[in-house]
Amino acid sequence: MHLKLKINGEVRELAVEPYRSLLDVLRNEAGLTGTKKGCDVGDCGACTVIVDGKPVNSCLMLGVEAHGREVQTIEGLQHALQDSFIRHGAAQCGFCTPGMIMMAKALLDENPRPSEEEVRFAIAGNICRCTGYTKIVEAILKCR
Amino acid sequence: MRRFEYFEPTTLGEAAALLARYGGRAQPLAGGTDLLVELKEQLRRAECVVNIKRIPGMDTLSYDEREGLRIGALVTAREVELSPIALGKYSSLVQATRELGSIQVRNRATIVGNICRASPSADTLPPLIADSASVRIVGGKGERTVRLEDFFTGPGKTVLAVDELVTELVLPPPLPGTRKIYIKHGRRKAMELATVGVAVTWNADVKIVLGAVAPTPIRARKAEDLLRGRTLDEKLIAQAAQAAADESRPISNVRASADYRREMVEVLTRRALQRCI
Repeated sequence: MHLKLKINGEVRELAVEPYRSLLDVLRNEAGLTGTKKGCDVGDCGACTVIVDGKPVNSCLMLGVEAHGREVQTIEGLQHALQDSFIRHGAAQCGFCTPGMIMMAKALLDENPRPSEEEVRFAIAGNICRCTGYTKIVEAILKCR
Repeated sequence: MRRFEYFEPTTLGEAAALLARYGGRAQPLAGGTDLLVELKEQLRRAECVVNIKRIPGMDTLSYDEREGLRIGALVTAREVELSPIALGKYSSLVQATRELGSIQVRNRATIVGNICRASPSADTLPPLIADSASVRIVGGKGERTVRLEDFFTGPGKTVLAVDELVTELVLPPPLPGTRKIYIKHGRRKAMELATVGVAVTWNADVKIVLGAVAPTPIRARKAEDLLRGRTLDEKLIAQAAQAAADESRPISNVRASADYRREMVEVLTRRALQRCI
């Protein structure tokens, strides 16, 4: 099927099968491998992207459902969060980091001054097996 | 995912016709947060996926004093979670919604999808039933309305015919002074399926609904009968909580044993009723 969407501000036209997830379309058709495939069933949050302003699991959305929509991925992001994650040691193996940062960006867009509890609530669907979350929460809180 | 045919009908009639044509081999797609997982893990097969998101008129979340809250089939869990009117008048539903998956999931998942999936442990079902929700259904043969309480026939099973879709949920306005509680018990705070869920809507017509302790969500009718028309006190609460536990029919599975679940029905029902005093 013909898919026309905006990815990181750029209009892209792609030919995709309807049974491919948005995650696979981004990684394999659009060549944007910054968005990670962890569990592929919506549990880990590594594939988090922002669609029309809302954070979603790109593994739980068909690529064709993104027709006419605007998708933001880590490749298009320039935000204080990235520097903050580096400074606070919030990335270790790094696999959760793109999804974590996209979720944090969505949170800060909606609520520029979140409490620690609100940060933890927001990233509940982003699993990190390295950091124990403390550094990640600190990095996000420093961007308020 | 295996290959499937894909359609985006723009009317309910068109959607019903597609579902009828494919018999049980078509799957409607709304939020997709369950369907895509089940297709990937081959727990469900679909020759055809019918995306209903292009059908107009089903994305409305609205309230009026006469009819109450209307939740269209395309309204996401996150929209309900963030709705001030829902928080004010249907607080147990909002509480349950906040505990469903992650924000990412709730931005896609629909409340109507949660009921159509008919999981016995689904978080939104006990508060919706306690709120006396009804379900509007459209299919090839026309329209009908069913009480949500009568909608479920077993785990993953509902009264829906293959060519029928739920178009909206309707929740009557709460009586003045109504208290609403939903308590979920799980092994962790987030990203969890309920081990037991208890919803209580406390007013002249008390309702207690138990999740994850029977093939479908169930009313604890004996407990309700004990309470109806009475003033809550500790002794009465203890009796009602025990009655609710006795009425539950839990199974043992990976999340908990049947005995533990039954025990937790007693504990959570007691806590919920204490919060209604």
